[in-house]
Amino acid sequence: MLSTYQYQKFEYHPPRELGADKAVRHPVVIVGAGPVGLAAAIDLAQQNVPVLLLDDDDTVSVGSRGVCYAKRALEVLDRLGVADPCVDKGVSWNVGRTFFRSEEVYSFNLLPQPDHHRPGMINLQQYYLEEFLVKRARSLPSLDLRFRNKVVSMRAQDDAVALQVETPDGVYPVEADWLIVADGARSPIRRMMGLEAEGKVFMDRFLIADVVMKADFPAERWFWFDPPFHPGQSVLLHHQADNVWRIDFQLGWDADPEEEKRPEKVIPRIKAMLGEEHEFELEWVSVYTFQCRRMAKFRHGRVLFVGDAAHQVSPFGARGANSGIQDTDNLAWKLRLVMDGKAPDSLLDTYSDERTCAADENLLNSTRSTDFITPKTKTSLAFRNAVLGLARHYPFARALVNSGRLSVPTILADSVLNTPDEAAFAGDMAPGAPCDDSPMRAQVDHFWLLGRLGNRFQLLVYADKPGDVTQADALQALMSGSLPVDVILVTPSGGRSPHGFRVFEDYTGRFAERYDARPGSAWLIRPDQHIAARWRALDVRRVRQALARATCNQE
Amino acid sequence: MGLSLNLNFGEPGRSYARAYTPGDDFYEELIALHQNLSDEQSAQVNARLILLLANHIGDLAILREAMTIARQDP
Repeated sequence: MLSTYQYQKFEYHPPRELGADKAVRHPVVIVGAGPVGLAAAIDLAQQNVPVLLLDDDDTVSVGSRGVCYAKRALEVLDRLGVADPCVDKGVSWNVGRTFFRSEEVYSFNLLPQPDHHRPGMINLQQYYLEEFLVKRARSLPSLDLRFRNKVVSMRAQDDAVALQVETPDGVYPVEADWLIVADGARSPIRRMMGLEAEGKVFMDRFLIADVVMKADFPAERWFWFDPPFHPGQSVLLHHQADNVWRIDFQLGWDADPEEEKRPEKVIPRIKAMLGEEHEFELEWVSVYTFQCRRMAKFRHGRVLFVGDAAHQVSPFGARGANSGIQDTDNLAWKLRLVMDGKAPDSLLDTYSDERTCAADENLLNSTRSTDFITPKTKTSLAFRNAVLGLARHYPFARALVNSGRLSVPTILADSVLNTPDEAAFAGDMAPGAPCDDSPMRAQVDHFWLLGRLGNRFQLLVYADKPGDVTQADALQALMSGSLPVDVILVTPSGGRSPHGFRVFEDYTGRFAERYDARPGSAWLIRPDQHIAARWRALDVRRVRQALARATCNQE
Repeated sequence: MGLSLNLNFGEPGRSYARAYTPGDDFYEELIALHQNLSDEQSAQVNARLILLLANHIGDLAILREAMTIARQDP
């Protein structure tokens, strides 16, 4: 099994604290070094926050598991310095095809717009993502990553969280100002705290098979409803790195998971699908069920839940790992401001508010996909098949075909951190939306807008020419102080700013188009690249008010 | 104007960040409508639903067009 990937064992070192009777206090402890815990740790550590990251295991994920990483997650990984190896190793794709019985009924393109840095989606085995994240984590001096360190008990207090950590050499105590819980769907910490994630289990089973083969299928997502090779059920095919193909077979609730995992059972299923002419090797097989549920709140005092520990969705739509990575994107900057005393701790409640809202959107969409894919009654099956039949010829029915509404970022439209619009703008770049990308240039340097956004508050000011800026002194003052705002001018023709601001040249006009920019328009961007406020006419006083609002510093 | 075959779901005054959302909203409510009904009860609900919608549309030319498509083997 797993002939394409060599699992490395990460080294375990006995912690210095073993045998100590007094706990060492850490500003942030993160439990769980899966993709989400690692992302949280890297985000904080690269902002010079000391982080202790504990994991009970000493290797990456076994099996491909989370395979699809969406554009927004890649943009976050870009900010963490990990997107390049992921995109280089992964299989980029934008096109998905849906088949009903033996005919194609519908196809979609995730990225109909040109001029975005990252593709709509990549397929990459989770172990590669974790490997790249671990490598990045280990390059950061403020990040202490400890394998085979298992939290066996915890006590949350008003002023700290006390942990007992078990290692192969014994148990030691740790104290944390803040605890980030990224210990997965079964979350032992959630249980230790007596907290629940409420929702429902879907009564269905799915078989995942990773198959190694040389095949000339295009890099697309193929989804079958009721195909001749697996009648009455659904099948999903994805191309991953190293010529590994992921095949998901719906089995039904009555299937016996142990029996279904046997190669004698799996191989004929795959042969029926691929035909006898394709030679393949079975690399990894798993049978899974899933739940759709979330915790009522993601913040409990000094304990913050992220990823699957906080919420679980069905796999249709790739909304699990992708939303977990976005949790950390939302949390890291808020936690840093609170730790630095630059924002009240109520800012952390907005982490819970914004991300429970995102979780609800993910739960809604993935539940709908699941209900469409696995109809529970004769009537719902009749409607489902009617939609698929009509979809061949009629556009309205194509829009109803739901084989997974693929992960897109939540627009945090109702967040209390947003400053409502006072003027009209066209397009999607409203307060709460994550920034769209756009190609940019500064003199001879070409880059992507999103590559220069994030980690701090920023103000984008659109002007015809770099000299056309009013309130230059007030803007300069904005760039210093305890909560500085980095000011960037965006202009259609480039040049230098006589006031010393950085100038990004929107040489393709995509920025102006996507942001509905006019001279004088300005956008306040949060450290997670979401828009906090926008104006048609720049007024630095308003920018300061919006900044206060976006950090819960409003009087 | 003939039978509309492009996506046409939505609620007045609501805008949607994702084009599939209003169609998915409708579909979810349609399936929920049949929850806990026997097959026979569901068939009755469907029949009543068709009659209500047909009367709302009213235009026999459009109804004939829809009936023709519905009868075709896809």
